[in-house]
Amino acid sequence: MAKVKMTVNGRQVGSDCEDRTLLVHFLRDNLALTGTHVGCDTTQCGACVVHMDGRSVKSCTILAAQAAGSTITTIEGLAANGELHPVQAAFKANHGLQCGFCTPGMVMTAVDMIRRHGANLDEATVRAELDGNICRCTGYHNIVKSILAAAAEMAGAQQAAE
Amino acid sequence: MYATNYHRASSVQDAVKLQAGADEGKYLSGGMTLIATMKQRLASPSDLVDLRHIPDLKGISVNGKSVRIGAAVTHFDVASSAELKAVCPAICDLAHHIGDPHVRHMGTIGGSVANNDPAADYPAALLALDAIVVTNARGIKAAEFFTGLFETALEEGEMIVAITFDAPQRAAYAKFRNPASRYAMTGVFVARRDNGDVRVAVTGAGADGVFRHSGMEAALAANWSPDALAGIAVNPSDLMADIHASSEYRANLVKVMAKRAVAAS
Repeated sequence: MAKVKMTVNGRQVGSDCEDRTLLVHFLRDNLALTGTHVGCDTTQCGACVVHMDGRSVKSCTILAAQAAGSTITTIEGLAANGELHPVQAAFKANHGLQCGFCTPGMVMTAVDMIRRHGANLDEATVRAELDGNICRCTGYHNIVKSILAAAAEMAGAQQAAE
Repeated sequence: MYATNYHRASSVQDAVKLQAGADEGKYLSGGMTLIATMKQRLASPSDLVDLRHIPDLKGISVNGKSVRIGAAVTHFDVASSAELKAVCPAICDLAHHIGDPHVRHMGTIGGSVANNDPAADYPAALLALDAIVVTNARGIKAAEFFTGLFETALEEGEMIVAITFDAPQRAAYAKFRNPASRYAMTGVFVARRDNGDVRVAVTGAGADGVFRHSGMEAALAANWSPDALAGIAVNPSDLMADIHASSEYRANLVKVMAKRAVAAS
């Protein structure tokens, strides 16, 4: 048992957990951030995707202790001032979900891929980048549509700001 | 997962000491295989020594043709290194097709090489590029490093510090990936040197892990073209068979992937 400290959604947190505790359980059970889901538990489905130091990772395959000292963003950390993040808004507008279980991971994955590819994202790239995220409802079409819409929206917003 | 003790090493020396002091210690890099294996209770190290924060294990350096990739460099960083792409784009392409984006953000070249999964991608690259696996104690040629399924020449407590190789004149990797696991059902890395030397290394297919195919190497040394491989026979008797593919199917894949790799080089 050790005290694990990290920054989660901009907040300094610390909590006691066993060394074998997975990051996803630390987030859900110790910090009550239940937006990050456990789907397959075998590193395949991506429902548990969060950002660690700015990169998307599968929190079911990382120990909380490995993440100690890092900066984590979960689905709860995306919306600011009561406004949905553009990716969340795009998923809502384009019906990018069916049952919604995979959605937190899909959204976190989308934010990461838009960060890396920006306005260069095309459908083939989005589909390839979704390799690590499974939607059991097989609702991929609208997920891809949502991500492309968000990428275009965010590129436009960036251009307007410049 | 069984209980374990987590340690974070600050240097190579520190890591070796921590491992030696543990009952049944294991080095932990990105953890994309080890943590998953521990979750299934197929591994139960008493202690984990995290190598991810050791400065000496980080970074890619390219000096002319001479390449050094730190053991803790992630697949994502190999895939997106402009320096590396300029001299050996084949290894960047290989790294870009490991697992999925999230796995590539965590998984490391040192971890993959040390694990020597018979379907992993890097062993083919290292063997074809005649790479050296640099450990805390010595340098080991790739040909001597990969000794069998999940077996390497690493001694107890020995850890990988870096991978070094000279960039080839031409190289490419072609992989037929398992659509579920993303591992290679067969992957072939081809490389040609300025002096005409050719190496063809195959992963995902050999019953004993990664191997070179001398028949293809001779054919490609004489004529670097996919057509040169048309008459080459791949013997299925030394190849793996499982629910995904028979030995005969893999034998055909070896040839097809080799042709694709040469065409892409």
